[in-house]
Amino acid sequence: MSNRPELLAPPEIFYDDSEAHKYTSSSRIIDIQARLSERALELLALPVDGIPRLLLDIGCGSGLSGETLTENGHQWIGLDISQSMLDIALEREVEGDLLLGDMGQGLALRPGIIDGAISISAVQWLCNADKSSHEPRLRLKAFFGSLYRCLARGARAVFQVYPENIAQRELILRSAMHAGFAGGVVMDYPHSTKSRKEYLVLTCGPPTISTAVPRGKGEDGESCSEDESSEENQMVCISDRNRPQKKQKISRKGKGRDWIFKKKEQLRRKGNTVPPDTRYTGRKRKARF
Amino acid sequence: MRLFTHNMLSSNIKGVANGFPLRIEAEQVLEKQVDFNPDFLRNLFPKLEWKALVDGARALGYAELPEAADSSMLESEEFLRKVHHALLELHLEEGALTCPETGRKFPVNKGIPNMLLHEDEETSLQLPGSLVSQMLVRITGKQ
Repeated sequence: MSNRPELLAPPEIFYDDSEAHKYTSSSRIIDIQARLSERALELLALPVDGIPRLLLDIGCGSGLSGETLTENGHQWIGLDISQSMLDIALEREVEGDLLLGDMGQGLALRPGIIDGAISISAVQWLCNADKSSHEPRLRLKAFFGSLYRCLARGARAVFQVYPENIAQRELILRSAMHAGFAGGVVMDYPHSTKSRKEYLVLTCGPPTISTAVPRGKGEDGESCSEDESSEENQMVCISDRNRPQKKQKISRKGKGRDWIFKKKEQLRRKGNTVPPDTRYTGRKRKARF
Repeated sequence: MRLFTHNMLSSNIKGVANGFPLRIEAEQVLEKQVDFNPDFLRNLFPKLEWKALVDGARALGYAELPEAADSSMLESEEFLRKVHHALLELHLEEGALTCPETGRKFPVNKGIPNMLLHEDEETSLQLPGSLVSQMLVRITGKQ
């Protein structure tokens, strides 16, 4: 995977004005973000009593995920490190309050007040050291430690993450466990490389029955949501081992007269002996032949 | 930034034991209408630091809140309306937040407080002192 934005630049630099604008004007990204935050909210398992909760959106960006929270009637505080993304969020007039901050420096919040936290595609940024003073392990520790403090007892935090490799996933999980969280990874659609999504579901407090990690979607090979185009989820069938590298343009009628003339011209230029072009060139033989 | 966020925010500068509440210096305050939801307020009330809220509202020019409050007052709608106005409708648009211990200022621009710390203020830098790990620019999964 070479197109990981984490490897290109630090988040506050990568998400500059143009990138932030691009991000928020792409309907595909908006759709994906909405679906991810919908699922994260579901995994957060807030009590269903219609009372708005106070949620935290870590790495809120332009507020795409926050919009889902607002739609579900919750109040939220969003934290992001990119000023440009927050500017876009202001333009979109999101309902939540925004903070410019670095999650790796710890959350500047009072203890025990937040009812739940979500974070969409953000925590893996912590695994990179973008400054000489950055140390991923300590930044993860500061982040999870401060998150643990500010969450109410029994509250959940759900992070959708794209770990680069197993070691990164382990590093993130271990930091969370060190901070005192219980929980684990929920994987949606584990059989599909494309739509596989990982959620870190953490519960504040000691492990109990209620902290058991919910099951991921599509674990029994059930297909992804129906609204997705079916071709995206189909397995690639390879009938021939020696698949041609380049597909040649062949219409049903054959290659045609023009193609033959072109080839003959090429061979003539090379100096080969080529039969002359006549009206019989490239003509189909009669069936009785 | 609204006062309910201010009520949650504290300064996390290295070595600060009590970074709450941040003092508000308001230059520009906005008011925006928000739907009144008493359930949310009743739910939030036990978590609020009342004194910080009263002081914050004063700094934004709203002095209607009583000095002290307890949960019995939540029955009165008039009181809830006042809390609602102070918590959710007043926006600090331009100004600064000041850490009560160190006096460090966090500027507020366009309603967004800048809580980024300088390197020497970060708590995450209490290093075990391993030079090698500091010099690692990226972790590639190997430690």
